[in-house]
Amino acid sequence: MTNLIIILLSAVFINNYVLSRFLGICPFLGVSKKLNSATGMSLAVIFVMLIATAVTWPIQTYLLVPNKLEYLQTIVFILVIAALVQLVEIVLKRYVPSLHKSLGVYLPLITTNCAVLGVTILNIDEGYTFIEAMVNSLGSGLGFFLAMVMFSGVRSTMEGSDIPKSFRGLPATLIAASITSLSFMGFSGIIENLFA
Amino acid sequence: MNQLNNFTKGIIKENPVLVLVLGTCPTLATSTSVINALGMGAAATIVLLCSNMVISALRKVIPDKVRIPCYIVLIAGFVTMVQMLVKAYLPALDQSLGIYLPLIVVNCIILGRAEMFANKNGVLSSAIDALGMGVGFTLALCLMATIREVFGSGTFCGMELPVLIDNHISILTMAPGGFLVFGLLIAAMNKFAKHKPKKKDFGCAGCPQAASCTKASCDEVTEEAADND
Repeated sequence: MTNLIIILLSAVFINNYVLSRFLGICPFLGVSKKLNSATGMSLAVIFVMLIATAVTWPIQTYLLVPNKLEYLQTIVFILVIAALVQLVEIVLKRYVPSLHKSLGVYLPLITTNCAVLGVTILNIDEGYTFIEAMVNSLGSGLGFFLAMVMFSGVRSTMEGSDIPKSFRGLPATLIAASITSLSFMGFSGIIENLFA
Repeated sequence: MNQLNNFTKGIIKENPVLVLVLGTCPTLATSTSVINALGMGAAATIVLLCSNMVISALRKVIPDKVRIPCYIVLIAGFVTMVQMLVKAYLPALDQSLGIYLPLIVVNCIILGRAEMFANKNGVLSSAIDALGMGVGFTLALCLMATIREVFGSGTFCGMELPVLIDNHISILTMAPGGFLVFGLLIAAMNKFAKHKPKKKDFGCAGCPQAASCTKASCDEVTEEAADND
């Protein structure tokens, strides 16, 4: 149990996907302007990460490894994720239209989101069991959520400020991201010591 | 002349990293040392060259409706090949690039060039465009890596530099330094670039995510361009 809590907390705080692993930077910079779109996007990411792990982990363990096809990992995983995203979209549209309305626009964006492919590959590389992999995906998704929501707050305060001309737009956003990620460095080392 | 233009536009005018701001994830993650940056740049260039050429050759065969999945499968195939080659011949590079090597599949530059250029142009032009973009990507990565490695760890390609080795700013090699250096470089690009092409003209149209994009990031770049004019 402690093991799972450590995996969860370190995925959220220490190895935060956006701020320390640099995965999913495009949505982080692109969709974080407004709080509600940031929330929608991150909820969709959490959702897809969990489903993608639930499907790719068994595929890798029971299909690719016994048949010595590990080298097909990249190609199989990206196809599975792309198909899953489509499927989820269709199912949501048909059965849960309200959820589709709020998450729908973000779903197609997720296919080419490196955070989702990244989490499925990392789960295999780290040698996690199925439960550990699911917890790690949840943690990674929550970490993405936390970074997105925090950063949309940072950006809304930046909006009215007087920024030098060449820094307006993306450069200022990147520098704000740098300071936000600096604050996350404070967490490193804390989690392991909590349970030591 | 036209072909030369196809090559050079990727290096400065439409630099994928500093002007189009595509492929930010590998840029930030692998620019901690010059060797990593070169390896990443070369791997991405090879994949880009192969995928651009094949997609251009097949542009009349692939049905328009399923083109994105087709592109992804082709790109994933080439990435797997590069991955196996790197694992076999350059195991040290494989170690240091780690997860970012398979993630070339989702690098926006590659899908973006397929969508923007390769499916409209011939094989030769596409190959030249891919080379230009690849070199532009590699140069931008190396520029960032040089700044981060020289000042962050006081070395260049692993060689120790006098004075700097004792006074290095380690934060530059860590995550916050990546964002900071990238932000400063784009600001410098905004300041010194004489003519900044509007992203709207080519960025969003070719972006694979255009259909569902909130255009938040594109708007910014356009605003910026308008400010500079």
